[in-house]
Amino acid sequence: MSGTTEYIVAIGTRKGLWIARSDDRRTWSVEGPHFLMSEVASLAIDTRVGRSTVLAGVKSWHWGPTVQTSDDGGRTFTESADRAVAFPSDTETALERIWQLTPDPNDDDVVWAGVEPHALFRSADGGRHYDLVRGLWNHPHRPRWEPGFGGGAVHTIVPEPGHPEALLVAMSAGGVYRSSDAGESWSASNPGIRAYFLPDDEYPEFGQCVHKVARGVDGELFAQNHKGVYRSGDSGQSWQSIADGLPTDFGFTILAHPRRPGVVWNVPVADDGERIPPDAHLQVQRSDDSGDNWRRQAQGLPTDSFTCVLRDAACTDGGDADEPVGLYLGTRNGDVFASVDEGESFARIVTQLPDVLVVRAAQVPRRETA
Amino acid sequence: MPTSTVRLILPGMLRDLAGGVSEIEVDGGGQSQTVRELLDRAFFEHRILDGKVRDERGEIRRHVKVFVNGEDATRSGGVETVVPSGARVHIVNAVSGG
Repeated sequence: MSGTTEYIVAIGTRKGLWIARSDDRRTWSVEGPHFLMSEVASLAIDTRVGRSTVLAGVKSWHWGPTVQTSDDGGRTFTESADRAVAFPSDTETALERIWQLTPDPNDDDVVWAGVEPHALFRSADGGRHYDLVRGLWNHPHRPRWEPGFGGGAVHTIVPEPGHPEALLVAMSAGGVYRSSDAGESWSASNPGIRAYFLPDDEYPEFGQCVHKVARGVDGELFAQNHKGVYRSGDSGQSWQSIADGLPTDFGFTILAHPRRPGVVWNVPVADDGERIPPDAHLQVQRSDDSGDNWRRQAQGLPTDSFTCVLRDAACTDGGDADEPVGLYLGTRNGDVFASVDEGESFARIVTQLPDVLVVRAAQVPRRETA
Repeated sequence: MPTSTVRLILPGMLRDLAGGVSEIEVDGGGQSQTVRELLDRAFFEHRILDGKVRDERGEIRRHVKVFVNGEDATRSGGVETVVPSGARVHIVNAVSGG
């Protein structure tokens, strides 16, 4: 790795934000907390056009939700003078929580925000100020979107590189929606995804509880559902189960390799009513063939473990093109594990934090500090 | 200080957002005003502070209390509560949790 860059892992928890830094992804220093006693449920590290900007969706239980922005790789943060994310007055709605922040791969100034209650916002100034995407807000299905256990939110935003008009979002519980006109109009897109909890129609047009969607480098999509793991080879128009071979089809998160087609990581959870690792052994399941076959990766992860990895508490880093991609897991009991060999082994890099809600990692330009 | 001035007293956690001061004085021109009008005036130059106390609808956040001369406005008229000329208004982070 070049000596002019470093790796950072931003760790959002129920009680603040921590930043881990490393030159080699083996030895880490940890800074924090930022925003002590405020929940940090969403993070993005914006490395576009040489930036090392960290965007944090922060919620104080007293003082409400906001976006905090760091342009120095997570060392200092500022807040926009006017509310960064706010519902327009005609909606008579107040923002509850920012669940997702996603830099757009097609426009270096665009950042998407998924929020609670179910809504999508778009920033055209790098994440300082966001406007409601009316096309999704006005969707006739919206009154029938139900909150999941954690709340009702757009929690996943998947833009399509090279196709700025194509967007996919996922929500609990509403399922997958797609737009082919940059957010002006939206269609439910859940064919093949089972909603086992509905008594009359297990394959409705919408209402599925999709927990996370990841895009592979070749455009293949992977979804972890509330029971069910799926892939789509047609940009989310239809979905096929890839749960065979996994120890369980329940979980919250799924990751795709940013450079190698077909490589997917799933973090299995024993069951809906048993939210611990299968066999009480924290693990990831890896597929090298888009989910046709799976194998367990657990070296360095704890046994006798009764914790859980939440929806956004797993990520990859970009890595150097000639180095393996880093893989990171944060747990509800405040550990963060890193793998520098694409899941073959893990090392604990942080422990004793509050419950981890989100981790994001990236390689950024190193800044000299005093 | 003229007696018509309303004193808006901030909790310690928010004082940095008001330039480090513990209270903001608002001249109501000798007239009564509502909590909404008071906060509009007091926070005109403190936009981040406004977002901490009120949501985008202008409502007091769920875990924030506003006391007008010692009476909890969030239990009565909310932001429409009348603030008499010369009143003392406290903003307090509610004791939430066990």
